[in-house]
Amino acid sequence: MSTPDDDTLSALIRHEATHHAPPAGLAERIAADLRAATARTVVAPPPVQARPWRRWFDAALVFGAGAATAWVVLGSVVTLPGATDRTVDEIAASHVRSLMAAHLTDVASTDRHTVKPWFAGKLDFSPPVHDLAAQGYALSGGRLDVIRGRPVAALVYRERGHVINLFVWPAPAHAADAQTRQGFSLAGWTQGGMQFWAVSDASPPDLQAFAQTLRAQIATAASPP
Amino acid sequence: MHPRIPLTDSTQKFEAATLPHLGAAYNLARWLLRDDQHAHDAVQEAYLRAFRFFDGLRGASARPWLLGIVRNACYDWMRQHASLADQLVFDEERDSVAASPAVADPAALWEQRAQRGRVNAAIEALAPPFREVIVLRELEEMSYEEIAQVAGIPIGTVMSRLSRARAALRIALHDEAANSNLGGKRDVNA
Repeated sequence: MSTPDDDTLSALIRHEATHHAPPAGLAERIAADLRAATARTVVAPPPVQARPWRRWFDAALVFGAGAATAWVVLGSVVTLPGATDRTVDEIAASHVRSLMAAHLTDVASTDRHTVKPWFAGKLDFSPPVHDLAAQGYALSGGRLDVIRGRPVAALVYRERGHVINLFVWPAPAHAADAQTRQGFSLAGWTQGGMQFWAVSDASPPDLQAFAQTLRAQIATAASPP
Repeated sequence: MHPRIPLTDSTQKFEAATLPHLGAAYNLARWLLRDDQHAHDAVQEAYLRAFRFFDGLRGASARPWLLGIVRNACYDWMRQHASLADQLVFDEERDSVAASPAVADPAALWEQRAQRGRVNAAIEALAPPFREVIVLRELEEMSYEEIAQVAGIPIGTVMSRLSRARAALRIALHDEAANSNLGGKRDVNA
């Protein structure tokens, strides 16, 4: 019996051997590790006699440095008021916390008729809640979150292995925007008097697809048939 | 308000340079350790190690550099769990013939009837130094030079290991096919 030559063997291996994909959540775990490591190295050497004002001053310096570098790195693609930049930072941080703290949802339900009423009485607005399971984005629940000191609705969707956090709060119209933070994709837009920010470890094009799908769904629901 | 975690310049640069290679990193670790959880832990550990030494990269290609760190993390894991791991004293000649795939395991045997299972089992049966060159060359499509960098060996050794690994795979795949035919489990025309 003849043995296959190298090319045949290569083709067989390339075609048949398993390409092991990283498990869902590994990228988030690594990002969280890096944040923890960074926090240790940046904040670890505290002043010997740390007075409160001194700590606030240091924190302001660190924050300023972080914001400045974020500005430099992202400045080429993003020209936005600093307020939005901070909002995006908080959204990315909130996304990471929601995955780390095992506190993804306050109300776990795939039924939008359960999720939407849950927010009533907890928020001074009613976020639009749509299940996009038919389009591949299954609603898995919602929770309250705080962005820039404001209570906001956070809706959780799952797309294959990816968790998508969708933050919603009332806001005047603003240009649509796409950003990345620490390997996370973010897509923001306003629609019907609400500000939407979607964040996920999915690729930017994948997250844009989610945003487009949801925008279309909201537009359809808003217009009379 | 939640406390803010500062985002530093180096963290952002590091993530931009290394997170795109997470798939390759996990694939290598999973093939070397042959276990989902261990691979997960090794990759996580490797990224932290890489972060610490990121300043040493200095513009060189991140991919072989990162995979080299992942590889070392996997070998460290194998050393620490020697009873579960492959031969620790690696012999270039002796180890170049693969152990036969785990035929004692009925589940594995059943899986091997599929070609995918046979190829996977044959690669898994290779000793780690052979397995890694096959994975890096065939699945990650790296150059000899990059593989040399990842594994920390000369290019000539990369080529000779690849050659021996391929020979071992041919034997393993051939034997397995023959066994299956003898057992009447496979269509003789296949």
